[in-house]
Amino acid sequence: MDVLQTDVVIVGAGGAGLRAAIAVAEADPALSVTLISKVYPMRSHTVAAEGGAAGVIKENDSLENHFNDTIGGSDWLADQDAVEFFVEQAPKELTRLEHWGCPWSRDPDGRVAVRPFGGMKIERTWFAADKSGFHILHTLFQTSMKYPSIRRLDEYYTTDLLLEDGRAVGVLSHEMRSGKPVVVLGKAVILCTGGAGRVFPFTTNGAIKTGDGMAMAYRAGVPLQDMEFVQYHPTGLPGTGILISEAARGEGGILVNKDGYRYLQDYGMGPPDPWPRKKAMELGPRDRLSQSFWQEQQKGRTIQSKWGDVVHLDLRHLGEKKINERLPFIRDLAKSYVGVDVVSAPIPVRPVIHYTMGGIASDITAGTPLPGLFCAGETACVSINGANRLGSNSLAELLVFGKVAGEAAAKLARSLPAPSETAALAQAKAHRARAEALVDGSRGTEAVATIRRDMMATMESGCGIYRTQEGLEATCATLRDLRARYRDVKISDRSWVFNTDLTQALELGAMLEIAETMALSALLRTESRGAHQRLDHPQRDDSAFLTHSMAWRQGDEPPRIDYKPVTITKSQPAARVYGGAAS
Amino acid sequence: MSNTTTVTLEVLRYDPERDQEPRFQSFEVPYDEDWVVLDALNWIKDNTDSTLTYRWSCHMAVCGSCGMVVNGEEKLTCKAFLRDYLGRGPIRVEPLRNFPIERDLVVDMEGFMAKLESVKPWIIRDEEKPVEDGEYIQLPKQLKRFKHHTLCINCLLCYSACPQVGLNPGFIGPAALALAHRYNLDSRDQGRHERQEVTGSADGVWECTFVSACSDVCPKHVEPGGAIQEQKIANSVDWFLDHLIPGRSSAGRTKE
Repeated sequence: MDVLQTDVVIVGAGGAGLRAAIAVAEADPALSVTLISKVYPMRSHTVAAEGGAAGVIKENDSLENHFNDTIGGSDWLADQDAVEFFVEQAPKELTRLEHWGCPWSRDPDGRVAVRPFGGMKIERTWFAADKSGFHILHTLFQTSMKYPSIRRLDEYYTTDLLLEDGRAVGVLSHEMRSGKPVVVLGKAVILCTGGAGRVFPFTTNGAIKTGDGMAMAYRAGVPLQDMEFVQYHPTGLPGTGILISEAARGEGGILVNKDGYRYLQDYGMGPPDPWPRKKAMELGPRDRLSQSFWQEQQKGRTIQSKWGDVVHLDLRHLGEKKINERLPFIRDLAKSYVGVDVVSAPIPVRPVIHYTMGGIASDITAGTPLPGLFCAGETACVSINGANRLGSNSLAELLVFGKVAGEAAAKLARSLPAPSETAALAQAKAHRARAEALVDGSRGTEAVATIRRDMMATMESGCGIYRTQEGLEATCATLRDLRARYRDVKISDRSWVFNTDLTQALELGAMLEIAETMALSALLRTESRGAHQRLDHPQRDDSAFLTHSMAWRQGDEPPRIDYKPVTITKSQPAARVYGGAAS
Repeated sequence: MSNTTTVTLEVLRYDPERDQEPRFQSFEVPYDEDWVVLDALNWIKDNTDSTLTYRWSCHMAVCGSCGMVVNGEEKLTCKAFLRDYLGRGPIRVEPLRNFPIERDLVVDMEGFMAKLESVKPWIIRDEEKPVEDGEYIQLPKQLKRFKHHTLCINCLLCYSACPQVGLNPGFIGPAALALAHRYNLDSRDQGRHERQEVTGSADGVWECTFVSACSDVCPKHVEPGGAIQEQKIANSVDWFLDHLIPGRSSAGRTKE
C-alpha cells in the first residue's frame, strides 16, 4: 500500500478545509499540507450557501450585539467562550476574504454592504448577491493555488482515521479513478468534511453531505456532540428541497398562509410591520419559523400544492430591480424548478433539512478529545450554534475555525516527529478489507438504495421538526435493525475505476451511525430547546439539560450518551425574546 | 404529453477495465414532469443498474459537477428537464466532449485544473494591505466591470463546446481565460501583466477563433467569449504601447 508522509493532513476541501490549508501554508511554508477531498474543491457544498456571512463591521453594531444574538439564537446551548472569540474574529476573516478578492456586494461609497438576517438585531451579514457561499468557496480555492506547499488529492475518498498510541496520525483514502488505496500520514489531521443532511430524504444538502468525517472520528472513539439538533430551514422549494435564501426575507420578503395572512404573528413573532423589523416576523430564527409552519399545517392553514403542503414566500413588493440586484439566483431557481417568476408571483416553500448543529466534539482551539485531531466547519461542534444556528453564522464559522485549526495543526506539526508507518499500515490493511470485500462481491445480500431509503424515511417520521418518545423509540429501533442489515450490504459494481456504488455503500455506513446518534440523543433529551422540540416535553429544562449531549460509539450496539456542561461566561440563560418585545 | 408514463434514456457506458470502446445502453425510466435528466440517472442507479457512473452533488446548478451532453447539447443535467425532450425519441446522454472518458459519464478534468491554476487566479499585489486597515474601497461600478466573469462554476460545458479545445488540447480555454480576465479587471488586483505571460502565450487568447460556442452553452452567463476578445484588445494595446513608448514596458508591472 502506498504511503504518503506529510506534515498536516486535511480531509475535506470546502470552505473550512481550504481556509485551514491556507492557514498552515501561511503559518509555515516549510510544512507540507495534503488536502484530500472526495470531490474537486469547487464542488464542495459551501458552494450552495446563498445569503451571506455575519461579522460586525458597521458603526451602529457591536460585538456584544452579535454575541447576544448568537447566544439567544442558540437557546443558551452555545459555549460562550467560543462565541466571544467567534464574533471577535469574524470581521477580520471576512475582511481577509475581501483582500483575497471575494466580490462582496458594495454600498454606494464602495464599502462592503451588509443585509439583515434572521435572529440578528442589526444588519451585519456580508453578502455577494445571493451566491455568497459560491464566491467564498471559489475565492478560497483560487487563492489556495498560490501556495506551493498545499498538495491536493482531488477525488480521493477517505474512509478511516489511523491512530498510533492514542493519537491521530493519518488517514486511509483511495483514489476514486483507480480504487488504489493510499495511507496519508501526518503529524496532525484536520477533518472538514461537512454535515450530514443526507440522512434525511428532504434536504437542501448536496449528495456529498453524508457525514463521512463525523463517522470516521466517531469510529475512532471521538464523541459526537449535540447530534439531536438538526436545523430545518423554513424556506425550501417543495419537491427538490432547493434552498431559497433567508436573504429573501432579509430583503423584505413575507410569508403568508392560504388566506394570505402573515401567520408568524400568531406565534409570538409580531407585530406584522409592513417593513422588515429585526428579530421579528420573517426575520425570526429558523427553528421558530419552521415550527410555525408545522403549527399552521396542523390547523389546516397551509396551501395544498402538487408537492404537498406549502406556504407562500412573497417578494413581489421588492420590485424587479432590487430582486435582480440582490436575489438573482433566487429568481432563477424559482423560475427553473417551480415555474414561478418571483417578480410576479409568490414562491411555494416549506421547511427543509439544512444544517447539522451537532458534530465532532470540539472547542475554541478546534481540537478534539483525540490528540492530533482537529476539525472545523459544519462537521465540528465547537459549539457556537448550540440548539439553533443563526443564518449567516456558519460561513463566518468555517473561516474563523478553519484558520484556528490550520494554525493549531501547524504548531503541533512543528513539534512532532513523523509517525511510524508500521502501526498505521496494519490498521489500514484491516480497514481496506472492508472495501475489498464489497467490490469482490464475496458477501452481502442487502441493497444500498433500499437501506438508505428506509433510513431516510425513519429519520423523517421520527426525528423531524416535532418529536415524541414513541416516534423516536420507533426510529431508534429501525436504525438498529438497518445497521444490522447494513453489515450484510452488497454492491453490484466489480470495477475499481470510479466505483460510485462503493462510495455510496461507504457513505451509507457513515450515515447510519450518525442517524443513530441523532435519534438516540433526541430520545434522551426530554426537554424542548431550539431545533429539538418534544411534543411530550414542551418546556426547556435548564436544571437537567443545560448540557451538551455526547454520543460515544459502542460497536454494533447503540451509542452511549453522556453530558458535558455548557460554558457560560456572561449571559445567564433567559427566555428567548423575538417580535416587538425584542426591539 | 400528460399521459407519458416512461421515457427512454440512451446512456453512454464505458468501463476501461472491461470495454474496448464506449457503447450505448438503453434504460426505461418513469416519467415525472418535474424530473431533470439527473433525476432519471439517479433513478437508474437506485433501481436498475447501480454501476452507472456519473458525478453530481448540489442539484441546484451551482456546484458544476453534472455537466453532460444531452441530445447533442452541453447541459447541466440537474437543470435539463425531461419534459423538454419529450416526443423526440430516446434521450441520449453522453459525457462532455474534448475530455478523456474515465468511466461512463465521468471525464478526466485534470488538464482543466492545471489550466485553471496556470492563469494565476488570485489577487496579485505589490504590497498586501494589513487586515487591520479594513477593506479595499470598490465602487459598485468597479465591481460591475468584472462581476459576471466571477460567476463561472467550472462545469466545463464551454470546453466541451469549443472547437478550438478539440483541435488544440493545450489551449487554455474559455473558463480559465475568463477567470484571468476577471482578476485583471478587479480594481484590487495588479497582476495583469504577470497573467499576460500565460494568457498571451501561444496557447492563450490568440488560439480563440471567436466562434463563441462557449458563451452560447454557458449556464451562468459568464461570457467567456467576450472576456477573451477583450483580452486580445488589451494585450494588443499593451504590445503597441510597449513598443512605441520607450521605457514603458517596465512601468506599472510587477517584477519582470
